[in-house]
Amino acid sequence: MDDSAVSADRVRAGDARATARLISMIEREDPSRLAVLKALHAYGGKAHVVGITGPPGAGKSTLTDKLVGDLRGRGRKVAVIAVDPSSPFTGGAILGDRIRMQRHATDDGVYIRSLATRGHLGGLSRAASEAVRVLDAAGYDDVIIETVGVGQSEVDIVRIADTVVLVSVPGLGDDIQAIKAGVMEIGDVFCVNKADKDGAERVVREIRAMLETAVLNGAATRFTPLFEARSALRGDAGNAGGATEAVASRGPAEQGAFHHITAQATGHPNLEIPPVVKTVAETGEGIGPLVDEIKAHEAALAATGFLRSRREANLAWELGRGAAQRVLSELERDESRETLAELARSVLDRGIDYYDALDALEDAMKRTQRAATTA
Amino acid sequence: MERTIRVLVAKPGLDGHDRGAKVIARALRDAGMEVIYTGLRQTPEQIVSAAVQEDVDVVAMSILSGAHNHLFPRVMELLKEKGVEDVLVIGGGVIPDDDIPGLKGAGIAAVFTPGSPTGDIIEFIKKNLKRKA
Amino acid sequence: MSDTDSIKKGFEAYDSGVEKSIARFPERKKSFVTGSKSPVKRLYTPLDDAGRDYARDVGFPGEYPYTRGVQNTMYRGRFWTMRQYAGFSTAEESNKRYKFLLEQGTTGLSVAFDLPTQIGYDSDHALSQGEVGKVGVAIDSLADMEILFDGIPLDKVSTSMTINAPASVLLAMYIAVAEKQGVSPDKLEGTIQNDILKEYVARGTYIFPPAPSMRLITDIFAYCSKSVPNWNTISISGYHIREAGSTAAQEVAFTIADGIAYVDAAIKAGLDVDQFAPRLSFFFNAHNDLFEEVAKFRAARRVWAKVMKERFGAKSPKSLSLRFHTQTAGSTLTAQQPDNNIVRVAIQTLAAVLGGTQSLHTNSKDEALALPTEASVRIALRTQQIVAYESGAAETIDPLAGSYYVESMTDRIQKEAEAYIATIDGLGGAVKAIEKGYVQQEIQDAAYAYQMDVESGERVVVGVNKFQIEEGSPKGLLRVDPIVGERQAAKLKELRAKRDNRAVEGTLAALKAGAKGDANLMPLILDAVKAYATLGEICDVLRAEFGEYQQKVIL
Repeated sequence: MDDSAVSADRVRAGDARATARLISMIEREDPSRLAVLKALHAYGGKAHVVGITGPPGAGKSTLTDKLVGDLRGRGRKVAVIAVDPSSPFTGGAILGDRIRMQRHATDDGVYIRSLATRGHLGGLSRAASEAVRVLDAAGYDDVIIETVGVGQSEVDIVRIADTVVLVSVPGLGDDIQAIKAGVMEIGDVFCVNKADKDGAERVVREIRAMLETAVLNGAATRFTPLFEARSALRGDAGNAGGATEAVASRGPAEQGAFHHITAQATGHPNLEIPPVVKTVAETGEGIGPLVDEIKAHEAALAATGFLRSRREANLAWELGRGAAQRVLSELERDESRETLAELARSVLDRGIDYYDALDALEDAMKRTQRAATTA
Repeated sequence: MERTIRVLVAKPGLDGHDRGAKVIARALRDAGMEVIYTGLRQTPEQIVSAAVQEDVDVVAMSILSGAHNHLFPRVMELLKEKGVEDVLVIGGGVIPDDDIPGLKGAGIAAVFTPGSPTGDIIEFIKKNLKRKA
Repeated sequence: MSDTDSIKKGFEAYDSGVEKSIARFPERKKSFVTGSKSPVKRLYTPLDDAGRDYARDVGFPGEYPYTRGVQNTMYRGRFWTMRQYAGFSTAEESNKRYKFLLEQGTTGLSVAFDLPTQIGYDSDHALSQGEVGKVGVAIDSLADMEILFDGIPLDKVSTSMTINAPASVLLAMYIAVAEKQGVSPDKLEGTIQNDILKEYVARGTYIFPPAPSMRLITDIFAYCSKSVPNWNTISISGYHIREAGSTAAQEVAFTIADGIAYVDAAIKAGLDVDQFAPRLSFFFNAHNDLFEEVAKFRAARRVWAKVMKERFGAKSPKSLSLRFHTQTAGSTLTAQQPDNNIVRVAIQTLAAVLGGTQSLHTNSKDEALALPTEASVRIALRTQQIVAYESGAAETIDPLAGSYYVESMTDRIQKEAEAYIATIDGLGGAVKAIEKGYVQQEIQDAAYAYQMDVESGERVVVGVNKFQIEEGSPKGLLRVDPIVGERQAAKLKELRAKRDNRAVEGTLAALKAGAKGDANLMPLILDAVKAYATLGEICDVLRAEFGEYQQKVIL
């Protein structure tokens, strides 16, 4: 198939080859992708985007495989993007997550794509967010992004997903410590996988304790505003007591949507923490309840209006990043390099100071841009 | 930016001897390619479907059980059914010389038998990609 | 001046002399290594013996720690069992090959099953397509097994069956055939491989997850210790671990770590160690590095004896002694200049014999190309016979003992293996280490390093990366008639039509109930087999109860 044969119509008609090729074009930033992406734009915004992240060895691929199976059972079309790191030395990568999901390979309602990070530091492929938009417009009801979370840099997933599932397992040693190091606040639903192993209960307890502490301290976690909104809807004092009037004014019908969220018993009246679900992905144990919690989170987001605000924030962030990327590419051009060198020489020679040089650079870039738009 | 070559490495059939497939996967990775590894016991249907979804440039299969005359051509057949003609398909394993012309006739671009250096396979892939870089 | 001091002085003088001469005439290589990439010194002397206690570490044949062999006369009593692994196509074809082998002087049978059989699928299953009868014989039911051993008195041969995940089913079929021949189970001799752990890491014919697989294995231990007392209930296999690319020391380490896991499981299941351990057997690889391989076999015996005595408190000498089958290394065979393989196999045969193997399969020269022909199987068998009757290697026990090199390498492999076993203990044992992918990663790294050494030319493989020639296609390879699959499918259809299907359903229902509980599954499987339930039907019942294993891939 030729790249030029890729069209929005084919993608929307469920043509896996066209979808797959379009994602490849995205990966190599092929400019010809833009026309198709623009044509797809109108159809997006419907899919529930779920991020699955956690340390290596947490069983994320098996879990994803089982989530796909469960969601298919609920009649939903599912797409999976599995991200693995590229080798920093050769640029190559071994993408092995698919192995666990191959039973879905021949199911037309499932699309699975492995992406390498291709040098992108955030841990998520740069292409991931565009690929999500494609799969959304292609009509997949759920788009799952699976990625290894190994440290603070992995919070990228929050910028794409509506719901983030943070997976943990017993027996990884200081797994909780790893979560503490900055990824705890990104979870909307917590999953303790391999719950049949020794120490699972301890992991659950530790996660809950940490979440309680975070909530009690009013830490700026991602879930705090959601719970405040819910509490306000119910009319009680809520986690940190802060009620938003806009939410409080919503009707009881929307409040009803919240009872889906599990209020975990915390020992503190009115204190809520995100759900912690135990699973054994290998046997499928706990998968149904996990999907229930993921869907309840989506419902709560939608009912409180946080789905929109979360997506807005994410888009704003991505736009900013896109703009920065444009500036950087602009600076990579030969002409810009020349200007930069010239300015650097002036600064060195004490002709102008560093700050005047920056201003001059900004002016120069604006001029090229104006020239480009009028051309 | 140089185009990254994507390769699906698969073991069709039931044999569990994946030493060769794994060594190849690693060598291709070290040669800068992205390797999608699908593991053991893959049906031709699963392999072709994965090749399409992953938009790979190359499908590399290995069989040591002797089922190659059945399974390799079946993969080619399914690719054709799906209209996929721009994917390079190569095979490897314990495959008698006499079988190679038949496999090539079915569309397998090259067959690598035991002892083939990974360097040859890498070079073959780079030279024979069906899609333009 | 003591002996040691004078040797030390002599060695120093020699060494400085060598330094001077290699300054002018450098050695072939900067560093010398074994087949497993361990460093090899220029010279081994009595100085390398320091720290070894003969009585404690080496000892006498048939005595703890069995370094020198498991019997006190070894091959002066009788040669090892010459056992050629064979089986292909249908039960009828394989039966003919077995009779041929027995006429040629093999002393034990070794059954190769096709992949559908090994993975518990009937020949008419969708996944069996193209695989039926390819790498071994297709067995779908007791009816096939009856044909396979037709005219072969089962009280007169010992039979080894390379079967793992569905080992219980094939053993049950063997017992049922014997009963039809009027041979009672206590007269049966042979081995089932029954080693699932190495399937997860190296060979790939697994079905069920580890926990139920371990249960099936311990059920066999318990059943056989009462009913089939002369049967080797497991052949704990390093062979495939080595084929997957491990080093010699890893082969010993991972095999014995697996052995420890089986013993642990059996003890946990309530068995007494000295009741089942005497029937544990091992299966190793024989590679090209003659001395390292001999050292490996010697070290394996020593490590196992120590483990059984110190860790499990076993008392029976039979529990402490590691008996093993050997197969020459398939991965060393080359498709290029296949006749060269005869020579490789001869060296490997010598390694196995000098290492004190109890039985041996020698590969045929054409196995990198296809299944072996009768002619090449004969050469392989003759190789064993030449080593046995002409080489003199079997005339005294453990002839390489006392070699400074071999003894020091035996110590080295023991040390490396024990270090690996300690690491695996730290991970919670072999099952956990496999689940975590540790064992796979270690093997995979060694395999990749080996391949890179071959490609860089650092490691020479004659005919492959040096001394190549232009050659034509080899002729006369064995081909399995592709019609076998259809024939088996037709046989199955007929069987399902004429057997008592009510009886089949009854026995399968009983098996299902047994699998849910904790009954020993062997008698239930035997009932199902006798009712002519198929292998696939039996395994499907167990699949539904136990689930299926998902490969842990490490790259």
